[in-house]
Parts: sequence; C-alpha cells; structure tokens
Amino acid sequence: MQEGRALADRQINRDLLHTIFTHPKWQWGLIAFFGIIVLGAMCAAGYMFNRGLGVSGLNRPVMWGFFITNFVFWIGISHAGVMLSAILRLSKAEWRRPATRAAEVLTVFSLMTAMLMPLIHAGRPWRVFYWVFPFDWARGVYPNVRSALIWDPSAVFTYLTSSTLFVYIALLPDLAVIRDRSTGIRRQIYSVLALGWRGNPRQWKLQIIAGVLLSALILPVFVSVHSIVSFDFSMAIAVKSWHSTIFPPYFVIGAVHSGVAAVVIVMAVMRWLYGWQEYIRPEHFDALGRLLVVVATGWFFFFVLEFFFGLYSLEADEIAVKDFLSAQAPWSWWFITFVGTTYFIPVGMWLFKGVRRNPGLMIIACISVNIGMWLERFLIIVPGLAQKQVMNFTYFTYAPSVVEVVIVIGTFALVCMLMLLFAKVFPLIPLYDIKEGEIARDEIQIGRRKVPAVLREE
Amino acid sequence: MAQRKPHKWGMIVDIDKCTGCQACVVACQAENNVQLNTEDRFHERRPIEWIHIQRYWEVPEEYRSRPEDAPFQDIKARFLPVLCQHCENAPCEPVCPVYATYHNDQGLNVQVYNRCVGTRYCANNCPYQVRFFNYWEPVWPDRMRNQLNPDVTVRSRGIMEKCSFCIQRLRRGERQVEAAEGGELNDRALAEGNFAPACVQACPTGSLIFGDYTDPDGQLSQYVAVDEDTNEKVLKDDRAYQLLKNIGTEPNVIYLKKIDPRRTGEGGHG
Repeated sequence: MQEGRALADRQINRDLLHTIFTHPKWQWGLIAFFGIIVLGAMCAAGYMFNRGLGVSGLNRPVMWGFFITNFVFWIGISHAGVMLSAILRLSKAEWRRPATRAAEVLTVFSLMTAMLMPLIHAGRPWRVFYWVFPFDWARGVYPNVRSALIWDPSAVFTYLTSSTLFVYIALLPDLAVIRDRSTGIRRQIYSVLALGWRGNPRQWKLQIIAGVLLSALILPVFVSVHSIVSFDFSMAIAVKSWHSTIFPPYFVIGAVHSGVAAVVIVMAVMRWLYGWQEYIRPEHFDALGRLLVVVATGWFFFFVLEFFFGLYSLEADEIAVKDFLSAQAPWSWWFITFVGTTYFIPVGMWLFKGVRRNPGLMIIACISVNIGMWLERFLIIVPGLAQKQVMNFTYFTYAPSVVEVVIVIGTFALVCMLMLLFAKVFPLIPLYDIKEGEIARDEIQIGRRKVPAVLREE
Repeated sequence: MAQRKPHKWGMIVDIDKCTGCQACVVACQAENNVQLNTEDRFHERRPIEWIHIQRYWEVPEEYRSRPEDAPFQDIKARFLPVLCQHCENAPCEPVCPVYATYHNDQGLNVQVYNRCVGTRYCANNCPYQVRFFNYWEPVWPDRMRNQLNPDVTVRSRGIMEKCSFCIQRLRRGERQVEAAEGGELNDRALAEGNFAPACVQACPTGSLIFGDYTDPDGQLSQYVAVDEDTNEKVLKDDRAYQLLKNIGTEPNVIYLKKIDPRRTGEGGHG
C-alpha cells in the first residue's frame, strides 16, 4: 500500500518542518483559544479546592461522577500510542509511518491529563502525595498495596515513563535535523536535546534496537494499564454492576477503540491544518478504518458479553441494575445513544470504502466513537452507584454541576493545546520514518500493471 | 493503664421494638459533632447521619405487583435503623489507598480522619452506604459552638466519616473501669457508667442493644454465640439476621426481624 508520488528528502524536510520554522498567526490564536478554556477550567478547579467538593453534583450514593469518567476516558485515549506504534511496528504495517508520532504524543498528553482527574477529585488534594508516592513520609505508614487506587498510579506512571521514552527515542534523529537547520539559542537547545546525534551507523543501530525493545516491553504495560483501571470498578464488591470479571479485557479493547479513533481525528486535523496531504493520504485513513472495524467489533463482543453475564447470573439485583440502565428513562436514552454512537453509526460508515478514504467523514465517525466511549464509562460508573444494592432507601441519581462540566471541557482543551504546542517545537510526523519508507518504496510489475510495493530487509 | 482487656464490640437491633422515632439519630448528632443537616443537605442528598432510619412501606403479599392498589390500613411502615455494621470482613478497608480505615483488635472498623485524603472509594465499596463524605466545611451557629463534644474530632471538609460505636465512650470506660484492679468493662459496667454508644442510651424502646461478644454473661450472648476456633458468629435467635449477608461482609451488627402478627397468628402484638 504505497500510493502517492515519490518524495525527495529535501522536500520532506521542508514540508514537515514548516510548522517549526514558520509562524502563521492562526497558530498562536488557536493556542490562546484553548489556553483560555484551560484557564477557565483551572479557575473552576481552584474554586472547587477553595469551597470543597460540595460544588460538584456528587452526592451520597454517587460518590464518583464526571471526574472519574473523564479519567477512564483519557486513559483509554492513551492506548492509541502503543497500539499504533508498538503493535504496528512489530507487525511491520507499512502504513503506520505518518501516524506513529501523533499517536505517541497523544498518549503522553492524555495520560498526563488523565492523572489530573483523580487528584482533582480527591477531597483533600493537597495531601495526595502520600497516596501516589510509595514512601512513608515520616508517618510510618506506607500506602495500602491492597487498594486498586495504589495499583492505578503505579501502572499509569509506568506507562507515562515508558511512552515518554518511546517518543523521545523516536524524536532523536529529527531533533538533529532541526538542530542542523537552526541558529543561535535555538540551535543550542536542540543540540542538547539531540544528545549528540550524528547519524552514524552505530547510533542508528542503537536507536532501532531501543525502539524495538521498548515496543516489546511496553506491550505488557499496554494490557495492564487499562486492566488495572478496570480493577477500580471490578474489585468493588458492593456495587452490583461493577463487580464483573469481564471488565479488564472489555476496558482494554474499549480503550483501543476510542484511542485509535482519537488518533484518526488528530491525523485528519493536522493534515488539514498543516497541509500534509502528501504524507497523510486516503490510504492511511482506509487502513485505520479497517483496523477500527475489527477493534469496534471486538469491543462490541465484550459489551454484549458483559451485559449477558449480568443477566445470566439470574441475580435479581443485578438484573434490576441492567433494567435501570437500559430500560428506564432517562438512562435508557443515554444507553441507546451510547450503543449507537460507539458501534452502529461508525461501523456502518466504515463499511464503505468511500467513507474510509474521506478524512472529513472519518472525523465524524471517530468523534461519534469518542462520544460513545465517554458515555460508556459514564454509564458504567454512575447507574451502578445510583442503585447499588437492594436497600432502595438510599437510591438517588446524579447530575453534574457547572464546575464539573467546565473542568471536563478544560481537559479536552488542555490536550488540544499541548498537541499544538508540541507541533510548534517538534515535528508531528517522524521525518526519518517517512524517509525510511521512501527508501523502501518500490514498484513491481504484475502482468501488465505496475503495483506499488515495499522492500524490506529481513 | 493496665493490660488492655480483649473486647469484641457488637450491637443488636431489634426491629420489632423500633418505632422510627429518630432519637438515636439526634443523640448521635449531638455526641459525635456531626455537622448540622439543614434542608439543603437533604435536597443535595448529602446529609450526614451516622445512624439513620430507613423507612419502607410494606404492602400485603397479594398487592406486591401493584402496591398502589393496596388498602391503606394494610400498608405497614417498616423502620430499619442502619449504622456502620463494623464488618469483620469490611469491603471499605482494603480499598483505601492510604490506610485511613482499618480494623482494630476490638472488632471495630476505625476511620482515621487525619489520614483520609477523600478518594471516596470506601463509600463506593460500602454496600450499606453508611460512610459519609464531608462535601462542605461544617459550620455551627455561634450559639452552638460550646455544645461541641470535646472528646470528638470536628471533621473538616473533604474527608470520610462514619459511626465509630462512640469509641470515645468506650475508651473512657476502659480508662475508668479497667484502671482499677480487676475491673472489667462488661455490659453491666457499660450501662452503669453510660459508656454505651449515644444511640443505645437514647433509644426509648430499647431496640438497640450494645455489648461485648466475648462476655459470656453479656446481653448479646442470648442472641449470638462466637465460635472460639473460627471466630465466626452463630446466630442463636431464629429472628436474628445480618444485613446483606450474601456479600460475605460478616457484620458485627445483628438485626432481629419484625414479629408479624398476621403471619404467625399471634394476634394483638404491639
């Protein structure tokens, strides 16, 4: 799969580095726009710290709401990085090349954003340090390793560390290219960042080995992170609809689903913003669309299983929660929206080649997936808490407050702003990876037709 | 203080005697510096009541599928006082990331206010919903400042709180009774010295019974026996049950069910 015309190295450098060396006005405008939203969210969070969690919509049965939903959502988005870079790298999918860096950077930023959520939602956020760091802080009490909330930061910080390394190692050759093309203080900064990259064979060898090793080592982390996030819920025996053994695989595949969809959105947006039509071509969207059909259907399988297991156990209270979720308004409307937007609408669109090759339609389908996946987490967390056990005297419902809504919107703006800032200083498409693809590109004669092909050194 | 004596505190709630008067709720509020539950708190569904009375309407068997058709004189109000069950196998304990809640050697589920960061995971994992989060900073009107109990911490916002079986009273009892040679804080000493929890002391019908499971002459022993080898509770009374027993939390609070005159045929009861 190698459509599009051949590109010279010089042109690749010029096209992919113009985000760094030119300063269009819209760029700062856009960054400022997102920055203002982030500032608003910070004010909302500050107000909440100052007044207490009373300003949220949380109540006695529903102690977790929008914040934890958003936490699980962003952890889910972060799974795209490994999916696209590590797995596709190890399986030698040629079309991954322009998507890898954006996916990895999205991973890092969404993980950072996700970790803000549990810290913000804590009742006394100024004391969380002895929760997150495994150190006794002179109190003689270590964190409780039996708690899923201790496994969580361990897994997420491991993932954050490894994916940051992953991004950095892939950045090294590109940093050297920028260093060679800049002057003054900027050159000095990039020189330090490039760690003395000269592009000699030994350095290339080490860089490739490091990349492959990290890809392989990051895979267990990839599976474990969202499994552990799902343990937050599945370990809780008191909440009927949470206490389910299907949760870890269900969460992992859901994470891949929403994550890959988010990468498609990022790719389509940067193709349009930075004019990278030569690099991100319809064939890439086509490949991602096919991948998404498989992932979405896998997710749908687990979704049906999860629902089915709830009914199959024939426990009256579990069936009551499923009934509450899927048959009683207003939850049933959210439930229908969630199933439709997560599976039936996007997969129905991706079945058509014309849609898969159209970036605009792909954006619509992928936004639909992410709306659905956000709702999925919400519908897992809240209805189960609202009707926890048979003692229905304590039943209640949940509606988010303005503060929570603003903070959730702020997290989206934060990720957008960080992506834009990253694109301002580092290339969002890996230069060396594209060049490698160009070297490997070839054409072979099959009958009377010339077909694009890829040469590989095995 | 002399060698600490072993205790295993527990409570019996006799539903048959409960009239739903809420005296226990008020007594608890006063004893434990629980913040004032104003009307707003109830609308927000964030009241803090370490013991609260759940009210259920019971309709006759034949109207179960359509309760609205039941004749009003047959609808019974049922009251269920619910407080922290001090579970032996408490789901709230392992989930706390900072060890703010743990089980002590006297069978109590203890909350450490200083340690709590407010993740609210324990409240999510409590099937009885008897853990309460301080969503707001508690405020008392000036004229009530001096009524705060000096033995009990005033909790700030952002932390969990729950029934402690009035541990300050138990400790005071231990100090006063067990400091003397041969003193034992048994059920009689609890009653004489007002060391039982405030709700038990306030209950006008005596439907709450507090005592020590390890005390063979205690009030609890006629309802519950504790197996010495397995440390499991054996319910001796055929009215006795535990809330949500199927979850396996092994509560230290035992309920005695309502005597239904219609079902058993003993007319004119209560």
